[in-house]
Amino acid sequence: MSSRAEIFANIRRGLRRSEATDAQREAVRERLQSHPRNRIPARSQHDHPAQVELFVRMAEEAAAEIVELDSLEQLPTAAADALEQKGQSELVLASDPTLTELGWAAVRTRVECHQRTGQVGDEASLTLAFAGIAETGTLMLYSRPESPTTLNFLPDTHLVVLSKQDIVGPYEDAWDRLREASPGRLPRTVNMITGPSRSADIEQKLQMGAHGPRQLVIFLIP
Amino acid sequence: MSDAHTPPIKVGLFVTCLADMFRPEVAFATVKLLEQAGCSVDVPDTQTCCGQPAFNSGDNQTSRDIARQTIKAFDGYRYVVGPSGSCIGMLHHYPELFTEDDPWKARAEDLKARAFEITSFLVDELGFSGIQSRFNGRITYHDSCSGLRELGIKQQPRQLLAEIDGVEMHEMQEAETCCGFGGTFCVKYPDISNRMVSNKTEFAADSGAETLVGGDLGCLLNMAGKLKREGREIDVRHVVELLADMTDNAAIGEADYDLGKAI
Amino acid sequence: MQIKSPEFKQSARIALQDENLQKALGNLKAGFPGKRAAAVARMPEFEELRDQARDLKNHILEHLDLYLEEFEARVVENGGQVHWCRTSEDARKTILQICREQDAKTVTKGKSMVTEEINLNEYLEENGVRPVETDLGEYILQLRGDHPSHIIAPAIHLNLEDVSEAFHEHHKRPKSDDPAELMAEAREMLRKQFVAADVGITGANFLVAETGSTIIVTNEGNGDLTQTLPKTHIVVSSIEKVVPTLEDMSLFLRLLARSATGQEYSVYNTLSSGNRRPDDQDGPENFHVVLVDNGRSDMVGTQFQEMLRCIRCSACMNHCPVYGSVGGHSYGWVYPGPMGSVLTPQMIGIEKAGLLPNASTFCGKCEEVCPVRIPLPKLMRHWREKEFEKHLSPKAVRWGLGGWAFFAKRPGLYRLMSASASRFMRLLGGKKGKVSSLPMAAGWTDHRDMPVPTGKTFMQQWKARQKQESK
Repeated sequence: MSSRAEIFANIRRGLRRSEATDAQREAVRERLQSHPRNRIPARSQHDHPAQVELFVRMAEEAAAEIVELDSLEQLPTAAADALEQKGQSELVLASDPTLTELGWAAVRTRVECHQRTGQVGDEASLTLAFAGIAETGTLMLYSRPESPTTLNFLPDTHLVVLSKQDIVGPYEDAWDRLREASPGRLPRTVNMITGPSRSADIEQKLQMGAHGPRQLVIFLIP
Repeated sequence: MSDAHTPPIKVGLFVTCLADMFRPEVAFATVKLLEQAGCSVDVPDTQTCCGQPAFNSGDNQTSRDIARQTIKAFDGYRYVVGPSGSCIGMLHHYPELFTEDDPWKARAEDLKARAFEITSFLVDELGFSGIQSRFNGRITYHDSCSGLRELGIKQQPRQLLAEIDGVEMHEMQEAETCCGFGGTFCVKYPDISNRMVSNKTEFAADSGAETLVGGDLGCLLNMAGKLKREGREIDVRHVVELLADMTDNAAIGEADYDLGKAI
Repeated sequence: MQIKSPEFKQSARIALQDENLQKALGNLKAGFPGKRAAAVARMPEFEELRDQARDLKNHILEHLDLYLEEFEARVVENGGQVHWCRTSEDARKTILQICREQDAKTVTKGKSMVTEEINLNEYLEENGVRPVETDLGEYILQLRGDHPSHIIAPAIHLNLEDVSEAFHEHHKRPKSDDPAELMAEAREMLRKQFVAADVGITGANFLVAETGSTIIVTNEGNGDLTQTLPKTHIVVSSIEKVVPTLEDMSLFLRLLARSATGQEYSVYNTLSSGNRRPDDQDGPENFHVVLVDNGRSDMVGTQFQEMLRCIRCSACMNHCPVYGSVGGHSYGWVYPGPMGSVLTPQMIGIEKAGLLPNASTFCGKCEEVCPVRIPLPKLMRHWREKEFEKHLSPKAVRWGLGGWAFFAKRPGLYRLMSASASRFMRLLGGKKGKVSSLPMAAGWTDHRDMPVPTGKTFMQQWKARQKQESK
């Protein structure tokens, strides 16, 4: 008997049945199709302005920096300022036109821009978040040609653009949006990111910047 | 609560082996408290131990035999009350020992519903608040694990202790952490048990209390034994001794006369 | 990993004397429990979430075969492969085979206890594949030839000095005692490995049947680099980790970090669904899920089934006074603490692991904090029952218990027995109220005094009182 057959036989023996009943199959199908929500904490169940406020509070608590912008057009200057502050001048952009078509020329003396995947040694990257989850100040990003996953992890500084309209209360709202954005199957990688990388593996003392970005800057746009 | 017009509540006292042998005062204090609360107390003499040593050693056959014996011993009592969260907690485990089709299952459930640790019985079941006692001094309270986690005993003893004139509560750090007794654990794993009880006595000493109080003799014997060995001057007493105003005798592990003479 | 569980008592004794270890364990006790309590206090729904998580896990286990079938089908639709492994050996071979197909020399690894369980690293090394642990704690351990002593804080038994020395020796750099510098050093060293690796192996915290996704939960980001940079990503997980939907996964994620580190949410929660899509610029070309059984399917339908609810948060060991006293290595195998004391006998046999489920006072703290409400003390007791049934308990225990039971079942004799024991002890220590040495109870009196009875037994005194009153 194959390992697979043996494992399934063992499970069914334990459950004291051979094949599942129709009712059991139906229960499973129903749960998968309707994906009912479990208890959602009240914390994020407020109007949208309150959710934005919660997102900011929780993200800052997780050591992310928040920069509010009046418009997307302000991004190149804001990004240049942020990098300058950190002593950095190279920026790898995700190839999303929303980002690439901005006026980067205006800051070209301060920032050298590239469009590619992330590489070892990269100083900073700029990507677009798919959603922000207010409950824990969490960003959701996913892999696609215009947003390679390496940009979320290799650079020292990760700059992320998040539109306030994309801030939702609980994770469940983000899953609904994701199912809509990626019908049929999920993107290869979905990242939920809450603050910059850290580790407490040495004597349980928290140190920032383990393997992922040392700094996470979120630009909030209207 | 009862008054002159209501018949007394019939309670069977579950003595517990440790109170029976090591500290009969604890059982007498329990009787006194029950009587103050309007109960009439009987002590069925076919009771022995709750069976926990067998149960926790995986010997379910012996546990079942003892469970049946205990169930029979306490047939007919409105309540079964004892001065130990651990032993009463064991009575609450009895239903697990019998299969659904075993008639003893229902009897075990019935016993469970009637079985209470003394402080929770007084507070939760009777709403008693007539403590008449005086105890001058700083005390700290150790929450014994079984009582705390199996029976939800936390506020009840503190509420009753607060009624005593003169008593001053100084909570210690980690009052809810196990003292390392654990029945046979303390002799099977003496080194680990020793570490745990040492942590405990240190916290008790740090609290500034003069008397360490608790609701389970197993833990109290363990902590008293350690305190004595360390030479720390902290008395150890069962909570019912304070509540029943029976603190004239020596504390646990002490003697103010030769106990060997009481033969 | 070599099984040392039969030596639990000796290991524990040594651990208790080890000052460095005790200092390190102090860091654990000072950290996790307080942080968890604070996180729980901020989440008023926490207890309700625990109830739901318990019930959902029970539902999953009742339909385990169906959810696994769904998960497998979705992984395949996503372009991945699923490998079923009944035993550790099956799993090791399967993983090596995949590495060989990729002609892999170097394999980076994210933190995975299942790979510890199947003893993967040693096996890969023996077969010419070099595994590189990338979680900071695991990396430190690998340099030292050591193993995790905790399921989420693997190097909790080490102090700064130990790390400092290991890095100095292996990195050939000046010695540093600054944790930030040490972490930066590891970051730099491991960058090269991430890029050089042919295969990346991660574990999975959950498997999502709805989407065929695996998820890892980390704070460092090493798991993400491990799975994104190499050509092949292998997920090694165990069968009980399947959950129905993303919503269900979210329920468990709300409990996991709070129970584990006391964080609101871990930094990186990453879902992986199949291999890279045609136009993607990065990500693995091959995606394999190796599903390990290793005794788990044998637990379904038994009194140990509830253990399969475990989500590996470590709250039980973080709060366990026994673990806190002796540390994880004393347990002598992969999974320490209360969850390990239930799981280890299943995996290596109660004959070898019998001391573990006995090493508990049944204080119940583990059950109190378990996010999926596993009755760990009850399950440890079930192992004691198995041990007793198989006549594995030590003779002294069996005889002692047998003698005690003889009297406990005969109330009349029991009275005589306790009366004479009381008298005997009072004769020994009646003057002081205690005895300091009692050879038959050396385990007790080696460390503490034994208070002696204060008088005749209660039953004797009560009877006398009744007689008095009836006169």
